[in-house]
Amino acid sequence: MALDSSTSDASRARDGGPGQRAVEIGVSLFTALFGAIVLVGSLQVGIDWGAEGPRPGFFPFYIGLVIIASSAVNLVQMGLTDRRSGFAEWSQLRQVLLVLVPTAIYVVSIPYVGMYLSSAALIAGFMLWLGRYHWSLTAAISIGASIAIYLMFEKWFLVPLPKGPLEELLHL
Amino acid sequence: MEEILNLFHGFAVVLQPYNLLVMLFGIVLGVMIGVLPGLGGANGVAILLPLTFSMSPTSAIIMLSCIYWGALFGGAITSVLFNIPGEPWSVATTFDGHPMAQNGRAGEALTAAFTSSFVGALFAVVVITFVAPLVALFALQFGPAEKFAIFFLAFCSFIGMGKEPPFKTITSMMIGFALAAVGLDSVTGQLRLTFGFTELLNGFDFLIAVIGLFGIGEILLTVEEGLSLKGRAAGINLKVVLQTWAELPRYWITSLRSCLIGCWMGISPAGATPASFMSYGIAKRASRRSDNFGKGEIEGVIAPETAAHAAGTSALLPMLSLGVPGSPTAAVLLGGLLIWGLQPGPLLFVEQKEFVWGLIASMYLGNLVGLAVVLTCVPLFAAILRIPFSIIAPIILVFCAIGAYSVHNSTFDVIVMLFFGVVGYVMKKCNYPLAPLVLAIVLGDRAEEAFRQSLLGSQGSISVFWSNGLVGGIMALGLIALCWPLIHEGSARLRARLPRRVL
Repeated sequence: MALDSSTSDASRARDGGPGQRAVEIGVSLFTALFGAIVLVGSLQVGIDWGAEGPRPGFFPFYIGLVIIASSAVNLVQMGLTDRRSGFAEWSQLRQVLLVLVPTAIYVVSIPYVGMYLSSAALIAGFMLWLGRYHWSLTAAISIGASIAIYLMFEKWFLVPLPKGPLEELLHL
Repeated sequence: MEEILNLFHGFAVVLQPYNLLVMLFGIVLGVMIGVLPGLGGANGVAILLPLTFSMSPTSAIIMLSCIYWGALFGGAITSVLFNIPGEPWSVATTFDGHPMAQNGRAGEALTAAFTSSFVGALFAVVVITFVAPLVALFALQFGPAEKFAIFFLAFCSFIGMGKEPPFKTITSMMIGFALAAVGLDSVTGQLRLTFGFTELLNGFDFLIAVIGLFGIGEILLTVEEGLSLKGRAAGINLKVVLQTWAELPRYWITSLRSCLIGCWMGISPAGATPASFMSYGIAKRASRRSDNFGKGEIEGVIAPETAAHAAGTSALLPMLSLGVPGSPTAAVLLGGLLIWGLQPGPLLFVEQKEFVWGLIASMYLGNLVGLAVVLTCVPLFAAILRIPFSIIAPIILVFCAIGAYSVHNSTFDVIVMLFFGVVGYVMKKCNYPLAPLVLAIVLGDRAEEAFRQSLLGSQGSISVFWSNGLVGGIMALGLIALCWPLIHEGSARLRARLPRRVL
C-alpha cells in the first residue's frame, strides 16, 4: 500500500476538514441549479402542445421541476443533521487530489499525445511518485502495459485508440 | 415443452468453440473485475462493452454476461480472504466468511460461498427459462400506456425500497432523466438542452456515466479510505471442497429460502445488495445457532451468497422480457443490446430466438464454468489483490479511459467520464444512490416516448394511465411501492399503539 493507510476513525476528529452538512448543502444547491438549467432549456424548445403532440420540452420541464422540489426537501432535511460529522479529513482529500489531478492531466493530454504514451506516463507517474518504485521497474511495467493494451485492443478486438506523434513516427 | 427445445438450440449455439472461448475469457476477466477494488459488475461490463463491437450479438452477450457472473463470483473471494467486499452485494458475506477464514476455515468458507452462488444462479436461470417467455408473451399485448406503467413501477420501487433517503433517490433519478433528455428529441427530431454546445448533440451516453460514476468514483473512494490489505491464505483443495459439499445439503432450507428472496428482489428492481442483507438477516433469525452468526457460521455465508446470485441473475428476467433492467449491470447489458441493433423487450423472444436462448443457455454453462474456474484458481485471483495500489490504480484508470473513449471514439467523452467520476464520489459520500441515475439515463428516452405516445392517444388526458384494469393495476402497484416507507412506518406506529398481547 503506497498511499497513506494509517487513517482511521480516531484520526478523523483530529485532522479537521469540510463538514458533511456544508457539503450536502452545496450538493443540494448544485442539484437545484441543475434543475433550473433544465427548466430554462425546456422553455427554449417549448413545453406546450404542438402539431406533433407534446413539444420536446414538455417532459424535461416537469423533470426539472421535480429536481428543484426534491433538492429543496434535501436542503431542508440537511438542517436536521449533525453539525459535527465530517465529510472527510483534509489529509484524505489530499490523497484524492493526488489521484484526481494526474488523472485530469492524463485525460486532457490524450487527444494530443495519444492513448498509449499518455497511459504509460500515467502509470509511470503513479509508480514513481506515489509508489516510489525504482525507475527500471516503473519503465518495464508502464511500457509493458501500453504494449499489452495495444495488442489487446488494436490487434485482437480491432478497436482503434487515439494515436499521437510517437505512433506516427513508428508507423503504427 | 417449447422452452426445452429452444434451450437445446441455445446450447448448440453456446457450444461452438468460439463462444466457449469467449465464455471462459469473460469469466476470468469477470472474476478479476470482481476482485479488484474500483471495478464492479456494472462498470466492468461497461468498460469491456466496446470490445464486443466487432463480434456477433450472441457472442457479445455471452462474453458480457459471463463477465457479470465472474464478477459475482469474484466478490466472494475478497470478502472471505481480505474482509473487503469487492462488490456491494458481498458485504453480507464478510460477516461470517472472514471470521471463518480467521479460524483457518478459508477453504470451507470459499467452497460454501462459490457453491451457494452457483445454486442461487442456477435456481434463477431455471426461473428465467420458464417464466421469461410467459412474461414476454403477456407483454406483447402492451400498448404505450402499459409500457410507461412498467417503467413507472420500476422507478417507484427504487424510491420506495431503497435504503437511501427517498428524496435523494428522486433527485438522483430525475437528474438521470434530464441527462437522457439532452440532445436529439427522439419523437420530433428537434435538438434540446444542448445550449449550443455541439458536443452535446448526441446527449450523454450512459456507458460514459457508468464508467465515471462507478469506476472513477469508486477509485477515489478507495483512495480516500486508504485501504490496507491483510489477507488470509487461501487454502483450498479437493478434500476441503468435497467435505464442504457433503455438509451443504444440510442447509437446504436456508438455500431455498435465499433463492426465493433473491429471485423476488432481483425481478423487482431492488437488486442483489438488499437481497443478500435480507437473506442474511432472515437466516440469522431462523437459525437454531443464531448466536454463532458473525463468528464464522457457514449458514451466514450460504444465505447472502445464494440470494445475491439469485438476484443478480434474475435481474435479467425483466430486462429480457420487458426491456426494463433490474440492476445497473442489467442496464448496461440492455444498453449493449441497443448498440448491437437489437430492440430490447418482449419482441426479442419472437424475433431473436437464437440470441435469447443462446444467452439463457450460456447462463447455465457460464455459471458451471465459473464455479470450476473459481474453485481451482482462488490463490491466483487472491494474488491480484496483493499487487500494490499504486500500480493497479493507474491501470484501472487507463482502462476506464479506454472504455469511455471507444464508445463513440471521442476524447471529449473521456473528460465527461472524469467529471462523472467526481460527481459519483461526492454523491456516494452524501448518500445519493447512483443506480437510479444510471437506470434513468438508460430508460429515459424510452420512458418519455411511451409517456408521450400514451398522451397522444388520449389527447393529453392523464386518465389514460387508469383507462383499463391492467395499466391501472400496474400504476397502483407503482404508487404503493412509492409510498411503501410511509405505509411501513404507519403500520409500525399502529402496531406500537396496540397492546402487546399479540406478541
